[in-house]
Amino acid sequence: MSKMTLKTEGDTHVIVTRRFAAPPEAVYRAHTDPKLIQQWLLGPDGWTMPVCINDAKPGGKFRYEWTNAKGHGFHVTGEYLELEPYNKLVHIERMYLPDPTPDNRVETRFVADGNGTLMTMRMTLPDAQARAAMLATGMERGMEASYVRLEKMI
Amino acid sequence: MNYLDGAFSALADPTRRAILARLAKGEATVNELAEPFEMTQPAISQHLKVLEDAGLIIRRVEGTKRPRRLARAGIEAMDQWLAMLRKALEKNYDRLDEVLAAMEKPKKGEKR
Repeated sequence: MSKMTLKTEGDTHVIVTRRFAAPPEAVYRAHTDPKLIQQWLLGPDGWTMPVCINDAKPGGKFRYEWTNAKGHGFHVTGEYLELEPYNKLVHIERMYLPDPTPDNRVETRFVADGNGTLMTMRMTLPDAQARAAMLATGMERGMEASYVRLEKMI
Repeated sequence: MNYLDGAFSALADPTRRAILARLAKGEATVNELAEPFEMTQPAISQHLKVLEDAGLIIRRVEGTKRPRRLARAGIEAMDQWLAMLRKALEKNYDRLDEVLAAMEKPKKGEKR
């Protein structure tokens, strides 16, 4: 299994890398086909994505809605700026909690790496404060899992 | 376990996590902390009290000011939160591995 890396860069970037045992075309499709996205972009166990709209073309919009068994939910909307099949995706997204978070510009590259793909996702937030809030917000979905873990410990 | 409980509930609030993220960059006064959140000083002070009680931040006395900074437990708590974000992402990509494996199968079958 290939390891994911997650690091911050400068004041406003977050960089995520991950290797996949599939060609760039497949990884790209898994990022743009709603039926495929719904199967993996779910965060911690227990969350599902009942609504997944993804119009993968320049200027196209997407909307993801997540929910869990307790009835908690939130959604993300975004727009595509640039699509370069099967190498590169650039989009803007924001999370509604329920107020929208600052726009996050996400550039995702898929580069052939042997028989697989090296994916590099570069997020750019408007400022350091927004990045800190984004990192803190993303963690919110980990809460549920952490509480479960905590309960098991006690 | 009480300490861990306190730290977890202290971190359950997005404003308190943002305060910790700000303090991760260095010591700050209540005014400096209140500014980016568009909150009143009493509201921020209430959040600071929760963080202090949980042992995540430390208060220093400097004249009339009471600047706060991250305690070691606060740094560890932030690391823990980052680890959770990492875990959620890793979970996504582990699932994506399975999705990709399922996509590959029919293709290989056709070729062979």
